[in-house]
Amino acid sequence: MRRFDYYAPGSLSEALSILQERGDGGRLLAGGTDLLVQMREAGLHPSYVVSLRRLPELRGIEFDEGAGLRIGACADMAAIEAHPSVRQRYRALFEGASLIGSVQTRNMATIGGNICNAAPSADSAPPLMVLGAVAEVAGPGGRREIALEDLFTGPGTTALGPNDILMALRLPVPPPHTGSVYQRHTPRQEMDIAVVGVGVALTLQPDGEAIQGARIGLGAVAPTPIRARKAEDALAGQRPSEELVARAAELAVAASRPISDVRGSAAFRRELVRVMTRRCLGIALERARTS
Amino acid sequence: MSSVTIRLRVNGRSYEVQTEPQRTLLEVVREDLRLTGAKEGCGTGECGACSMIVNGRLITSCLMLAPEADGADIITIEGLAQDGRLHPLQQAFIDHGAVQCGFCIPAMILAGKALLDANPHPTEAEIRRAIAGTLCRCTGYAKIVEAIAAVTEAP
Repeated sequence: MRRFDYYAPGSLSEALSILQERGDGGRLLAGGTDLLVQMREAGLHPSYVVSLRRLPELRGIEFDEGAGLRIGACADMAAIEAHPSVRQRYRALFEGASLIGSVQTRNMATIGGNICNAAPSADSAPPLMVLGAVAEVAGPGGRREIALEDLFTGPGTTALGPNDILMALRLPVPPPHTGSVYQRHTPRQEMDIAVVGVGVALTLQPDGEAIQGARIGLGAVAPTPIRARKAEDALAGQRPSEELVARAAELAVAASRPISDVRGSAAFRRELVRVMTRRCLGIALERARTS
Repeated sequence: MSSVTIRLRVNGRSYEVQTEPQRTLLEVVREDLRLTGAKEGCGTGECGACSMIVNGRLITSCLMLAPEADGADIITIEGLAQDGRLHPLQQAFIDHGAVQCGFCIPAMILAGKALLDANPHPTEAEIRRAIAGTLCRCTGYAKIVEAIAAVTEAP
């Protein structure tokens, strides 16, 4: 790797000052599993690197019955996967985190890194979107919040400015009778990138008869992870049935704009969206009934 | 900006190293500390040959900048044998013929150790998942899985 200046600030304000003073050409370093690969293989040569590992504001995973879940941006996938509240209440996120890379990757890769790297196939993105995640961002003008689905602007790009730091992701407590799931299709089980990823969070009405609301998040079928809103609208207020689920799956296909690449053709991806949306709606429904 | 000074504890021994910040933990451990058990295969975190246990967790040291490991407690393959006796996993790999060319074996054994430290009685599926980030092009994995499983069965 080429030379760069390295900073490991001990506080958020120090980190923000470094970004302000140094300006363009820097990179934030969290787990390194994307950044170092880009620096070693993809011709990325930052003039300076700011390590986030010592910032206390970016660490930890906390769950509160009122406020919900707060995941520090530097929480790694293994910690997310192991967290009891994530396992119990945010199942889609547990499943997304546990699919990423290998043991080694999950011990290093952070949720903030996975989001800021903004791959359309990021396995944490559809789960966070369907679970209603909001990003806490610190920047030169203070702190602000961005809904996760508004954060992605294109492949590898986000709404964050060069002097912004993603601090945490906040997820509300899922309503009662909610089930969530994330699945992806890959040619091999481990160490692969999603051809298509589908996340669903579905809430039943208190009597369990009809769907109160559902969210569907799709990965690797558009320039960014997306919501299938027309499919969601078709489900709201309806009694679940095979026909309803099939119709929602068709609407999810209509929402996707996949490309053909080495991992699969656009037609194959659309077919995967149909099958996997149907499958994930079934699993989320079952989980909502038993939650 | 010049080089940085980092402190590492590797296999129970303390080191202070001056390094340029763009060097990886793997480079510092191999070139400066002369511990060459960890290998660089792909250099991008896919093959796992550079695996080390850092603060109790298995990581790919080719993707960790050396200054990011400042203050860390690190175990490499060289730290497993004690008083001239091989670690049970090392012995099991020999006994089960789990080693062919050997390039991935330091990482395989550390992956096994990281698994058994957290989960002393893993299923075969758990063993396979634990070594999924460490590629072996010789053995086909069967004997490696058997060797790790043998240590879980030991009294």
